[in-house]
Amino acid sequence: MSVISPTKTTPAESAGSTRKRPGKLAESGSPTVRPPAAAHLTDEQVAELGRELDAIRDEILAKRGAEDAAYIRRMIKIQRGLEISGRAALLVGKNKAAWVTGTTLLSLAKILENMELGHNILHGQWDWMRDPDIHSTTWEWDFVTPSRSWQHTHNDLHHRWTNVVGKDNDVGYNLLRMDKETPWKPKNLGNPLYNAILAPIFEWGIAVYDLELVDYREGRKSKEALLKDLKALGRKAITQFTKDYAATPALAMLTGSAKQALFGTLAANAIRNVWAHSVIFCGHFPEGTDTFTEEMVEGETRGDWYVRQMIGSANISGSKFMHIMTGNLSHQIEHHLFPDLPSNRYAEVAPKVREICRRYGLKYTTGPLLKQVGSAWAKVFRLALP
Amino acid sequence: MIRLRQLAQAASVLTTPLAPEDILALFNPVYSARQLRGVVTRVVQETAQSATIFFRPGRGWKAHLAGQWARIGVELDGVRHWRSYSLSTPAGKDPAITVTDVGAVSGTLVRTTRPGDVLFLAPPQGDFVLPEHPRPLLMLTAGSGITPVMSMIRTLVPRRPDADVVLVHSARTPGESLFREELAELADQFPNFRLAHWFTGKRGRLDFSSAKELDGICPDWKDRAAYACGPDSFLDDAEDLWKRTALTAGTPGKDLAVAGGSGNLTIERFNTNLSAGAGHDGGLVTFEASDREVEADGDTPILDVGEDAGVLMPSGCRMGICHSCLTPLLAGQVRDLRTGEVHGDPGQLIQTCVSAAAGPVNLEI
Repeated sequence: MSVISPTKTTPAESAGSTRKRPGKLAESGSPTVRPPAAAHLTDEQVAELGRELDAIRDEILAKRGAEDAAYIRRMIKIQRGLEISGRAALLVGKNKAAWVTGTTLLSLAKILENMELGHNILHGQWDWMRDPDIHSTTWEWDFVTPSRSWQHTHNDLHHRWTNVVGKDNDVGYNLLRMDKETPWKPKNLGNPLYNAILAPIFEWGIAVYDLELVDYREGRKSKEALLKDLKALGRKAITQFTKDYAATPALAMLTGSAKQALFGTLAANAIRNVWAHSVIFCGHFPEGTDTFTEEMVEGETRGDWYVRQMIGSANISGSKFMHIMTGNLSHQIEHHLFPDLPSNRYAEVAPKVREICRRYGLKYTTGPLLKQVGSAWAKVFRLALP
Repeated sequence: MIRLRQLAQAASVLTTPLAPEDILALFNPVYSARQLRGVVTRVVQETAQSATIFFRPGRGWKAHLAGQWARIGVELDGVRHWRSYSLSTPAGKDPAITVTDVGAVSGTLVRTTRPGDVLFLAPPQGDFVLPEHPRPLLMLTAGSGITPVMSMIRTLVPRRPDADVVLVHSARTPGESLFREELAELADQFPNFRLAHWFTGKRGRLDFSSAKELDGICPDWKDRAAYACGPDSFLDDAEDLWKRTALTAGTPGKDLAVAGGSGNLTIERFNTNLSAGAGHDGGLVTFEASDREVEADGDTPILDVGEDAGVLMPSGCRMGICHSCLTPLLAGQVRDLRTGEVHGDPGQLIQTCVSAAAGPVNLEI
């Protein structure tokens, strides 16, 4: 391990700038402490691994084109088709078959919208098309938290500081104890209960999480910023609530199906919430995924950042349909390495990433959906206790 | 119309966060909440190299004045590219662009456009338009520079018996000369319109170094309000001639200020050359809204350059993954520090944290 002298300067500083640029990667060297799972790698090996992964990214960039554009447009069409047919069926929800069909289609539509469309478009995976209708700066999703708030906590904080305890609040969402290094408190006994309550109302949990109340309380977020976020959330919540729980049932009154329509939209949102919660918990919580200390990211190079993404994330194995319904977050490792590559390309990248992991002696965690969900829940239970 | 808007507003309660147009676009591609679109209705081959593309624009388009141009967005391998094209149809008629196959975007338009295709549009604009009051006119055009002038001639000549128009059009060969038959018919039919072709393949380029050749074609050219459109060198030469003869008749100040030109010569330039540095040269970065200019090297992210200059730059991960720093590019090109690719179209959003200046760069922020 290299010795860090206290006078070490970042390239920006040595260039005569005194501005602090949190998050800027070091050009060379190594973090103060390399994570245990990667401690066997030398600086040169990590740099080489970085170059190999860069090459994979370049290869996809060179291929990306009309076919990919057609893919996302097809997904958008399918999603909108599901959405209007599902909602239409709920309008005559008195009929049981119509209710089941409507609720199913609407649930599928909402899942597709949040995962394969919203999450990925908001990552900027499709910005390269320069289409203002499919762009990270214009897209708004069918989820309570406003896109812009989520992009900040997710794209920037979570993806930059993946699994770094104290920097990435996605480790437990300020609600659950999800790392054994976090000091135990009696309230952590409620871990499983909190998580069970969170799952069906996941979108509201994320909306509150994106307000960054802890940062506000500890003085890292200004009152103005919080008020602005609250206002945006209020506006979004009202329109979302009105659509599903007022306008749709009101229209269904015409056929005397108001109550059924309301239950349908409630069920669809709950199903989507439980699904999204499960998929997202499979990303960084199952057995095999590591968390990191702040020392491990100090002086981190691009190569070390790549390493951290691989050993801190977990994939889900399964069918093509399953991959699409998870928004390709089943390729969480590939997504974390290349957050802005189009999601339809992760499957083709996966074998190459896996091969790199094997060659460098790094773990590549993956497993079927139920096993991974079980593993994440096991951690929720285990860490409820000291 | 108002009822339609109210209906759309009511419908948005059910479609939010989408707009009703996003749903309607499933059935008719001309609908979009964010982007003006048009559907191609007809494609007419003009010469071996060029075609006229007629389109029906969606709501939000405004009728063009003769001589104006519009920005047209075309997709090449999934990526949208924007170019400006003059509208060649007369004012008051359905819009059409006449495109000549030069460069990737124009080539794709000429070769692959079919009726039913969708074009992305921006409303017509431009000051290269007919004078407000009737005046004798001289039109000087070369190559595809005839397109805006064709709109003017089609608007003016058949409708105004008092019009007095001379067109001098330069093209390499008769076969490459746009609108040749229609122009000949107009000249036959309307005595107030005179047509002079100049084929450079046979006679060499029209010589503006002295007034001799122009005197020969149009002896009273000095008394006419002149409009010129064509390649840069053609326009530069014409401008020089007008400057030398110091024609200040008409409303020179206005003509000069509005579309460029000299004296009573109004010109329209097609290819404004953006001097793009090829690689690691860096360049002058201009932050327009912040009113700051900084000389940047070719390896420093524009984000850092802006921050050091005190510009309030949006920022996030600083490694190119989160897209928090997207800033609109107004002009110039940038180099992607990860891939080395030099890119940049006006209006494109760039990731300032991984982009360095490749030549002079103007940013909106």
